[in-house]
Amino acid sequence: MEAATSAPAAEAATSSGKAKKPPLSDRARSERRLGWLLCAPAVLAMLLVTAYPIIYAFVLSLQRFDLRFPDEREFVGLSNYVDVLTSSLWWTDVANTLGVTVVSVAIEFTLGMAIALLMHRAIFGRGVVRTSVLIPYGIVTVVAAFTWQFAFQPDTGFVNQLPFVADDMNWFGERFSAFFVIILAEVWKTTPFIALLLLAGMTTIDDGLYEAAKVDGANAVQRFFRITLPLMKPAILVALLFRTLDAFRVFDSIFVMTRGSVDTESVSILGYNQLISRLNLGLGSAVSVLIFVCVLIIAFLFVKGFGTSVPGKEDDR
Amino acid sequence: MTEQRTAQERIIWLLGIVVVIFYALFPVLWIISLSLKTPATVTVTPNEGFWGTLVPSEATFKNYEALFTDGLDGPFLKPLINSIGIALIATVIAIVLASFAAYAIARLDFPGKTAVLGGALAIAMFPAISTVGPLFDMWRALGLYDTWAGLIIPYLSFSLPLAIYTLVAFFREIPWELEQAAQVDGATPFQAFRKVIVPLATPGMFTAAILVFIFAWNDFLFAISLTSSDASRTVPAALAFFTGDSQFTQPFANIAAAAVIVTIPIIIFVLIFQRRIVAGLTSGAVKG
Repeated sequence: MEAATSAPAAEAATSSGKAKKPPLSDRARSERRLGWLLCAPAVLAMLLVTAYPIIYAFVLSLQRFDLRFPDEREFVGLSNYVDVLTSSLWWTDVANTLGVTVVSVAIEFTLGMAIALLMHRAIFGRGVVRTSVLIPYGIVTVVAAFTWQFAFQPDTGFVNQLPFVADDMNWFGERFSAFFVIILAEVWKTTPFIALLLLAGMTTIDDGLYEAAKVDGANAVQRFFRITLPLMKPAILVALLFRTLDAFRVFDSIFVMTRGSVDTESVSILGYNQLISRLNLGLGSAVSVLIFVCVLIIAFLFVKGFGTSVPGKEDDR
Repeated sequence: MTEQRTAQERIIWLLGIVVVIFYALFPVLWIISLSLKTPATVTVTPNEGFWGTLVPSEATFKNYEALFTDGLDGPFLKPLINSIGIALIATVIAIVLASFAAYAIARLDFPGKTAVLGGALAIAMFPAISTVGPLFDMWRALGLYDTWAGLIIPYLSFSLPLAIYTLVAFFREIPWELEQAAQVDGATPFQAFRKVIVPLATPGMFTAAILVFIFAWNDFLFAISLTSSDASRTVPAALAFFTGDSQFTQPFANIAAAAVIVTIPIIIFVLIFQRRIVAGLTSGAVKG
């Protein structure tokens, strides 16, 4: 490996490079080239499936383009966007998606924090807890959705047999009860992920701080709110950012349980219906681009509003 | 934690642990129970009660047999093969590409490093639905629609960020000087790489591979959008279209049986590699 031997030379080159920028040595130049060469395949693969399609989606979104009537394809400017943004369905779906996102992320965060504390403070059984919380993470989302659907369905499930639940309660026949089950499935599957991210943040906190606070007379609750939470802020914000964006894409559970009936459609389901079911690539692409813009706005709010430090920034030593 | 615990505290922790284990395992046990039910017991009968619904009064493996009876023409075997093949190929390619990139980022000095990491992060947040329409159109034009390759490409691309972050974190911890030390001791550069670096890098690559595999195994959106037949439809997509397929028995129990089959390998993975999965999941995200 040529790189192994060239590393010290490169370090020398960069440290002096910051001082007075001499011409690059051959070593540094070949290291540069090797670096680019090694990254190129991964970068190309990522761009092929994201950057190019989103640009293509934008181009499609400016056209009337329905695969059922391919002859009518023509440039129509922003009229697809006007159609989407003036339809009440889009706004209902945005409200549904935001509702599912906010409620499930809030529950997941609270529950995840509790599980993280349990794993962090446990003197025994930490491995068992960690293994068992990984099981929901590993289970296919569609499988989890079916599992909960069958549990709640009146003709197969045990939920209606519980005390205080009507035997004939039709959970998927009405909007809010359907959302209850959808959110339950989401929360069950993804809380472990949050718990593990929070646990990782928790373990970086110096135990000495707790000892010192204890000596100063702080009780457990004060220690949690004055030490744990503030010091975990970066880990918390990263976990929330990832989970929020993930929840905003909610698709699998809703598709399996209701297919968007009884007003439970999410924006991803709307995009899928337009693109794949109705083959309306023009209108569907406008929905796709708008979802992309929503994701950008959420990420922007997290980074600017809460000061989420993006991993990789400081990572780059 | 060196502090002394009272018996009461221990009981509370123990209770917490039991609750968490119940939380994680109960739905799994429920779907297993459903998959073992006979057609007569799968639907709720009056007066059966809560436990009667939960625990099958008579167990059968018929639901599993039904999945495989028609072999490749049956509803399940071909999708299962598709799922395994597509996820494995996507994993291998993703790990190779990610290892190149992560090695460069962890070891070499070149402009654009931060851009690669930042770009990878942006893609990790990218909404998949936004690419489904264009990919659908592109794949039809290129002849990739409803093929293995048509799913392998998006899976590997969307899992690269996770793989790169995991591998960069692992590669940064490797004491690379050992390679030079081995060469000083008389090993050839290739020997030094194979005997020193490969064993040190393997655990990280393995961890990244598990995460990529779980990602590809789990996907549903691409699987229903970019396929139209059992030629390339994976299990999650096939499950969604199962409902009308079996005319003879209620499909609930068959879906449950299929669900159990695709869940078991993941549970085995998790049981064996839990430490590595946790390390991989958290390495990339919390460093910053």
